[in-house]
Order: sequence, then structure tokens, then C-alpha cells
Amino acid sequence: MEENKPTAHSLEELKDIRRIMERSSRFVSLSGLSGVAAGICALGGAYIADQIFRNYYGEYNSRGFTTGDDFSRLKIKLILLAAGVFVLAFSSAFYLTWRKAKKQGLPVWDPASRRLAWNMLMPLVAGGAFILGMLRYDIWIFVAPACLVFYGLALVNASKYTLSDIRYLGYCEIILGTVNMLYTGLGLWFWGIGFGLLHIIYGIIMWNKYERGN
Amino acid sequence: MKNPITGLNKIFDNRIRLGVMSVLMVNEEISFNDLKALLEVTDGNLATHLVTLEENGFLKVHKGFIGRKTNTTYAITRLGEKTFSEHINALENMIKGVK
Repeated sequence: MEENKPTAHSLEELKDIRRIMERSSRFVSLSGLSGVAAGICALGGAYIADQIFRNYYGEYNSRGFTTGDDFSRLKIKLILLAAGVFVLAFSSAFYLTWRKAKKQGLPVWDPASRRLAWNMLMPLVAGGAFILGMLRYDIWIFVAPACLVFYGLALVNASKYTLSDIRYLGYCEIILGTVNMLYTGLGLWFWGIGFGLLHIIYGIIMWNKYERGN
Repeated sequence: MKNPITGLNKIFDNRIRLGVMSVLMVNEEISFNDLKALLEVTDGNLATHLVTLEENGFLKVHKGFIGRKTNTTYAITRLGEKTFSEHINALENMIKGVK
């Protein structure tokens, strides 16, 4: 019995060390439900975008032509839609993660989450600038692939600072974006699968793995 | 047989000091307030242990400012890293030794 005491103590200490190292270097409160929420927003956005396109081409078919004005209106509608979807997806994802952190009694804004945000933001900002640059020259066909590839890179980069499973979602997005380059006409479909379906699948897997038990 | 206790360091016997070293092993540097939040300890308690660790040469203190507020950050030293690694190894050996 006496023999066991220091061992139990060292085991306890090692567990403590592991837990603290993990917690101070990775943001572990990212909720799977955040993924599901973001995915639903994306699917909704893709559906509305599809309606907008249908209207635009419907007009073209019935009138036989579209004007430059029609096109700039289409552009503005789509950009506003994209911004709306982004804000909605981000805020719902943030809310669900904030709720999980609160439940775990962990801070939302600590060195680990700051590092996660910074490393995630870098590829996203670069991607955003790149896409805006393309839009300036009316290069629409690469918008969806660029969104997917840059987002995938952001996730892979961020995976070092949160639950590392997110890297697989990143790989999938990158592959999807790359394949999308070959089928540029199907951008909206790829976009919907990448940001909608994959998010929902990922979110459910993560929720099952880390949250359901608690 | 080698004594499994060699390598264990008395200084890391305390939970807070153990916590501080664990955080510093994986963070290049960290501020006093972040440490406090991570380890859930009071100012005075944490400060005392940080002094002990500093006096032993296990961590470096950097006093800076954010605007007018002081911002003290801590980083691990070579010696601290080496000593703490030995401590972890010793703990692992103890567990293996009994099995």
C-alpha cells in the first residue's frame, strides 16, 4: 500500500501537467454545434443565391438580353447576401462556442483563443482580399474555389490551436475547392457542399465525440 | 536498481508552481493576468510562487507597459526547461517502475 502512494501522486501530477499544457495552448471550447449552425446558414445562403441567379437568367431568357445595370445589381445583391450569411454564421457559431465555454467554466478570450483567432484570420483575410481583387476584374468563376481553398487553409492552420480534428475539415475544403477549379460552372453547388454540408457533418461528429457525453 | 526519485525536484512539489511551469513549457511567454486566470489562483499566492521560481532561475520576468498599465510577462529559461523535463521524466519512471 505504501508503495502505491507516491505513484498515485505522480500520476495525478502528470495528469495535471497534461491538462494545463493542453488548456493553455489550445482553445478546447469550440462547439460542434457551431459547425452545424454555420452549415445551416451557408445552405440557406446558397438557396437564396440560387433564387437570385434563377431570377437573373429568367429575365435574360424572357427578355432576350440583360443590361449592365442588371449585372451590377446582381453583383450587389450577391455581395450583400454573402456578407449577411457570413455575419449570421459567425455570430451563431460564436454564441454556441461562448455557451460551451461558459458551461465548462473556461474563459472565451484567453491566450489560447487569441492565438486561434489570429492564426485563423490570417489566411481568411488574405483570401478575402484575393477574392475582392478577382471581383474587381469580374472573374466570378473562381470565387467559390478560392473561398473553399483559403477557408481550408485557415482551418488547417488553426488546427494547431484548437481541437485538432478540425484539420480534416480543412483538408476536405481544400480538396473540394481544388476539384471545383475543374467544374467552375458548379461553383454554387461546391460552395454549398463545402460550407453547408461539410460543416454540418463535421459539427455532428464533433458534438458526438466531445459534447454529448457531458 | 536506480533510485526512481532522482530527478524529482522539490520546487515542483507545489501545485501552483507545477502549473506555472506547465503553462510556460507550451507558451513562449504569458502575462501575469493570463496565468492567474488559467490556474485560478489569487494575486498574492501566484506572485509568491513566481518569485520562488524566478529566484531558482527557472523563469525570466519581463516588465512592460500596455499604455500606462503595467504588463508583466513570464517566459521559461533553459535551466527551467531542463529541470522541469527531468521532473516529468522522473514522474513517468516512477509510474513505470511500479508496474
